Amino acid sequence: MSVGLEHYLVVGALLFGTGLYLALAKRNFVGVLMGVELMFNAANLTFVAFSRFVESAEPLSGHVFVIFVITVAAAEAAVALALAMLVYRNRETIDMDRINLLKW
Amino acid sequence: MDDAGSVIAFWLLAALTVGSALGVVAVRDLIRALVLLITSFLGVAGLYITLSADFVAVAQVLIYAGAISILLIFAIMLTPRASRDNAETFLQVPALLLAGLVAFTIGFISLQTDWPIAERGGFGETASAIGEALLDKYVLPFEMASVLLLVAMLGAIVLVRPEGTPEE
Amino acid sequence: MPFDKLRTSGPLAAWYDLRDLGHYARSLLGWLGDDLGAPDWVTYVVSGVIGIVAILLWLLVSQLSFIWIERRVIGRMQARIGPNRVGPRGLLQPIADAMKLLLKEAITVRLADRPLFWLGPVLIFVPAMVVFAVIPFGKGMTLADLNVGVLFVIAIGSINTVAVFIAGWSSNNKFALLGAMRTVAMLISYELIQVLALLGVVIFAGSMRLGEVVAWQSHYNAWLLFLQPLALVSFIIAGAVEINRSPMDISEAESEIVAGYHTEYSGIKFGFFYTAEYFAGFAISAVIVTLFLGGWTAWGLEEWVPGWLLFLSKLYLVFFLFIWTRGTLPRLRIDQLMAFAWKFLLPLALVNVLIAGGEVLAWREGDISSNVALPVFGLANAALAAQLIVGWGTFMGHLKPERRAKRAVLTQELGAIYYVPAGSQGAPPERPLGEP
Repeated sequence: MSVGLEHYLVVGALLFGTGLYLALAKRNFVGVLMGVELMFNAANLTFVAFSRFVESAEPLSGHVFVIFVITVAAAEAAVALALAMLVYRNRETIDMDRINLLKW
Repeated sequence: MDDAGSVIAFWLLAALTVGSALGVVAVRDLIRALVLLITSFLGVAGLYITLSADFVAVAQVLIYAGAISILLIFAIMLTPRASRDNAETFLQVPALLLAGLVAFTIGFISLQTDWPIAERGGFGETASAIGEALLDKYVLPFEMASVLLLVAMLGAIVLVRPEGTPEE
Repeated sequence: MPFDKLRTSGPLAAWYDLRDLGHYARSLLGWLGDDLGAPDWVTYVVSGVIGIVAILLWLLVSQLSFIWIERRVIGRMQARIGPNRVGPRGLLQPIADAMKLLLKEAITVRLADRPLFWLGPVLIFVPAMVVFAVIPFGKGMTLADLNVGVLFVIAIGSINTVAVFIAGWSSNNKFALLGAMRTVAMLISYELIQVLALLGVVIFAGSMRLGEVVAWQSHYNAWLLFLQPLALVSFIIAGAVEINRSPMDISEAESEIVAGYHTEYSGIKFGFFYTAEYFAGFAISAVIVTLFLGGWTAWGLEEWVPGWLLFLSKLYLVFFLFIWTRGTLPRLRIDQLMAFAWKFLLPLALVNVLIAGGEVLAWREGDISSNVALPVFGLANAALAAQLIVGWGTFMGHLKPERRAKRAVLTQELGAIYYVPAGSQGAPPERPLGEP
């Protein structure tokens, strides 16, 4: 019984699917944000798994990419939080069903 | 990775990670969902360690479980109490179908493809190599990332400044 | 050298063996692995268990002793005796405390979030204990010498923040939540300063591994406290904040916010918080001793005295420093704390990283001998640290003359009592009544 690349990729796929469901189906803005963070984590896991298992000229470029993804995810979470506060201030709600001014 | 320790560690950590992620979907309270999300982050850090990515694992704990979770906590605190019930929108079923389809496609393709597996085994110390790469080959994205962080910080501060503050 | 002969024979040979406590563990593991033929993972698990049990026992014994030591020492500093009723000289006070906490009724608030309420005290233990896994207690006595040890210490410390919030939130109590949010804000500010202070250390030592930092200090015979005084000061202050210790215990000050995030916890759950505070204090002291004070080495003394004895003495000395500050300084307000972190310590820490980087670069590129470079760096850094602290403090307005403590001046006449300024001769000044 050994653990190979496919195991990690399947875990990444499951995490990504869960994150996608959260991002699409949650009514609370913070729930959506949680889904987005899960998707980032799934992508990172896939990168690191590839970096460990796959033939490459510079294997650590996967890790470098993950560092950048973590950085950008942190910045994006901060700005998303600021936007959520602004929306709450103006619309008195962060219910995704009610934030629909741009709908047709 | 054949030895028993790695296999047991992988299955336990994978169960923890995916279980916590599914828990985030299912629990009825937003704060509990957040705690399960933090558990999921820690599980992913554990999976990094099984992949001998030590620096990335510690960075994951430090940034995700230590800082982004706090951001989400503050986000929950600053929003109304009524919407802390972790409910779903009316798009539940289409979202479930789409997410299931995406997960299935990714899983299926990754199982079918013939990946060129290297025989090199785990890494030794990754921190120094990552550091050198960041300053040698990837110095431009590195500098741009610092500018991005600065802009994000300033943007977040400017966005939530209360209206009517005098320009100082 | 005559020491060598003493080491391998004669009455001091047994003393020599105590220097390396890992020797006993290694012989046990060797017996398990080679003689009994146990598979590798059994040896691994047994070595882990031995290390964990040893660390836990030492932590519990130290904590029990230090409950008594701290209360007596603070009592003496406050011109009183301290606990002396229970047992001779109050030595059984920690036992009495532990029994009281065990026997008290552990009330769970009815509307509290039961699983999270249970999780708070459990989670608060994790950072304090896990940090000891990477600390080198002596030669070859590290439970897990990670390649990213320094970053691991910071990362595990950041779990503290989450634990405090869960404890405060699940109490369903506005005081607790308020205390928890204030504590979280304080902790994340000082985490940044911790990282920058330790970055200076890592730049000099060239590695994030704690064993290597100790080896660097031993090899160059220079404790990093002399080379990075600004980093040491920043790290001591940031460490005191991270463990919620006076003078920064705003999160659990009884006079301010009842008991902050652990208001609703009683009985053994409060005992967990109390114990975790001591463990965290030991953890921060251990990190300071390892990174700045040479760890288990002391300029060659570790040839004679066991390394772990040196390490423990230094650890207790640093913890005594924390007890001393607790008994002496008054509490800081939360806004004073935050302003101090962001406006004072953060720029200083950044400048420290810059200077450290420049110095190490000049040292390596210029190929200067370490006997010349290190004293120069030490003196330059010390002078720079003093200059920066005073200069930046003056610039920020902390050291303005009107803010400095002054001698008391009587501003009102009380009968015939006059205050005569020091140095003048005797006679009270002529003043009309009613004027100061």
